[in-house]
Amino acid sequence: MKIKQLSVFLENKAGRLSEVSDILGGAGINMTAFSVADTSDFGILRAIVSQPEEALQLLKNAGYAVSLTDVICIKCPNTPGSLAKALHVLNAGNVQIEYMYAFSMGEIAQVVIRPADIANCERALETHGIELVSSDKLYTL
Amino acid sequence: MIWNETIECASREYLSELQSKRLRDCVNRVYHNVPYYRKRMQEAGLLPGDIRTIDDLKKLPFTYKQDLRDNYPFGVFAAPMSEIVRLHASSGTTGRPTVVGRTRKDLDIWSECVARSLFLSGVSNKDIVQVGYGYGLFTGGLGLHYGVENIGAAVVPASGGNTKKQIQLIHDFGTTVLACTPSYALYIADAIKDAGLDPAKDLKLRVGIFGAEPWSEAMRNEIQTKLNIKAHDIYGLSEVMGPGVACDCEFQNGLHVCEDYFFPEIINPETGEQCKPGEVGELVFTSLGVEGMPLIRYRTHDLSRIIPGDCPCGRSTVRIAKLMGRSDDMLIIRGVNVFPSQVESVLLSMSETEPHYMLIVDRKGTLDTLTIQVEIQEQFFADNIKGLQAVEKKIKSNLESVLGISVIVQLVEPKTLQRFEQGKAQRVIDNRKF
Repeated sequence: MKIKQLSVFLENKAGRLSEVSDILGGAGINMTAFSVADTSDFGILRAIVSQPEEALQLLKNAGYAVSLTDVICIKCPNTPGSLAKALHVLNAGNVQIEYMYAFSMGEIAQVVIRPADIANCERALETHGIELVSSDKLYTL
Repeated sequence: MIWNETIECASREYLSELQSKRLRDCVNRVYHNVPYYRKRMQEAGLLPGDIRTIDDLKKLPFTYKQDLRDNYPFGVFAAPMSEIVRLHASSGTTGRPTVVGRTRKDLDIWSECVARSLFLSGVSNKDIVQVGYGYGLFTGGLGLHYGVENIGAAVVPASGGNTKKQIQLIHDFGTTVLACTPSYALYIADAIKDAGLDPAKDLKLRVGIFGAEPWSEAMRNEIQTKLNIKAHDIYGLSEVMGPGVACDCEFQNGLHVCEDYFFPEIINPETGEQCKPGEVGELVFTSLGVEGMPLIRYRTHDLSRIIPGDCPCGRSTVRIAKLMGRSDDMLIIRGVNVFPSQVESVLLSMSETEPHYMLIVDRKGTLDTLTIQVEIQEQFFADNIKGLQAVEKKIKSNLESVLGISVIVQLVEPKTLQRFEQGKAQRVIDNRKF
């Protein structure tokens, strides 16, 4: 259950993030989750959006360097130790993680994961009964 | 004290006659020994006999740096290799370096000119002169070196860099004169302060001879205050000779040119016409008396003007104003020549980037920094910080190996740098104040 995540190259310059959110918001595209990774002079915005393909095209047209990246999203109870359990599974399955970010709502926590090997990651999680979130559900949260 | 009163205080008539004679010799020499010059003169319908006096100089075609490069390495030498005793190469790193060859007589001329510069700066045989210019292919180090020996002062051949050692030598040897680039002088000044030394009390420095890069009067004042010295401006370029083509005197109002060996013209860079006296234009030099690689109307791209009137120092040699910038896009950063076109060719040779770039030059503290903003190419953007950093690193190391100085590379978003569809591209933001 791969999810298409939007990745956008951003200069470390005032107003860049707000411009991206203006473009997406103006087109009625909602962001479910996002994170920003940064270095001293640039950053990457990673976001789960309601219409990834449209968002890609819009930002491309606006001149951004942008791509879609496959990630997966797991769902676990918003309780102490739940994330640890999922991570143990990944560890045991030898799944390397490039980055991850999480958001929780009420009793549920969702974790977006970018593994080095996506098929391997899915397999490891599924065999241990960890719930994956489908793209339809995640996009429209 | 004046090193060579016969020349430096000569009448205009005497100088013109000497220049005219030397010009005739020079034109004869290049016409008969250098196919490049012969061809250029033939194209202009000129024979050596058409050039009688220094006023005929304007009939001759210009020589450009590119012409020297096209004849790499020894194509414009006017003396056989058996007479060449020294080779230097310019710091300009646009592809091929510019090579110059000097005969023994040329080296004598050079140390004569540097000797005049040293006397112009108030240096005598009692001084200890520390040469902090690089020794090697660059003309700065060796050029100063032989001039210092010529006047009988003691030379400390420290070469560039190793600031701690420089300061130790200045302190322990009681160095009285420092010769280096002005930005390095400021750097040394700050390092002296950091070392807890007070130049006025702890050091014997009294004179600085600085050149190889443009510097302002404000920078001169700063160096003079910080090092408690009198700072002189020495000018030269390796193609013409090296340091010592001109230097300012105690009045610090323009640089006296060794015009018996290097005849200066100020021209309008657009039209090529000679400017009126006092007008700002591009400095053009013709060598007089040089054997190894004489240059005819060599375009320096340095902007200056002739300062009219007599100098109270008593010398009658013509003065040029402190350099005012460049008529091309060359930047001089930490004494190294940088052309935006070099950056462009590096970027073009890499598939990951667009040849859209901007050079930003800053002066942080005392040293110049060069930041190069590069647009990333859309198809090479991946959701991967490591990947982007690897691209950044690759650009940096490719640029540094070509430019010869360290740079800061900044990746920027596609299509955010200014596009130049019409007119001359402005790819440089120089925040330094000259």
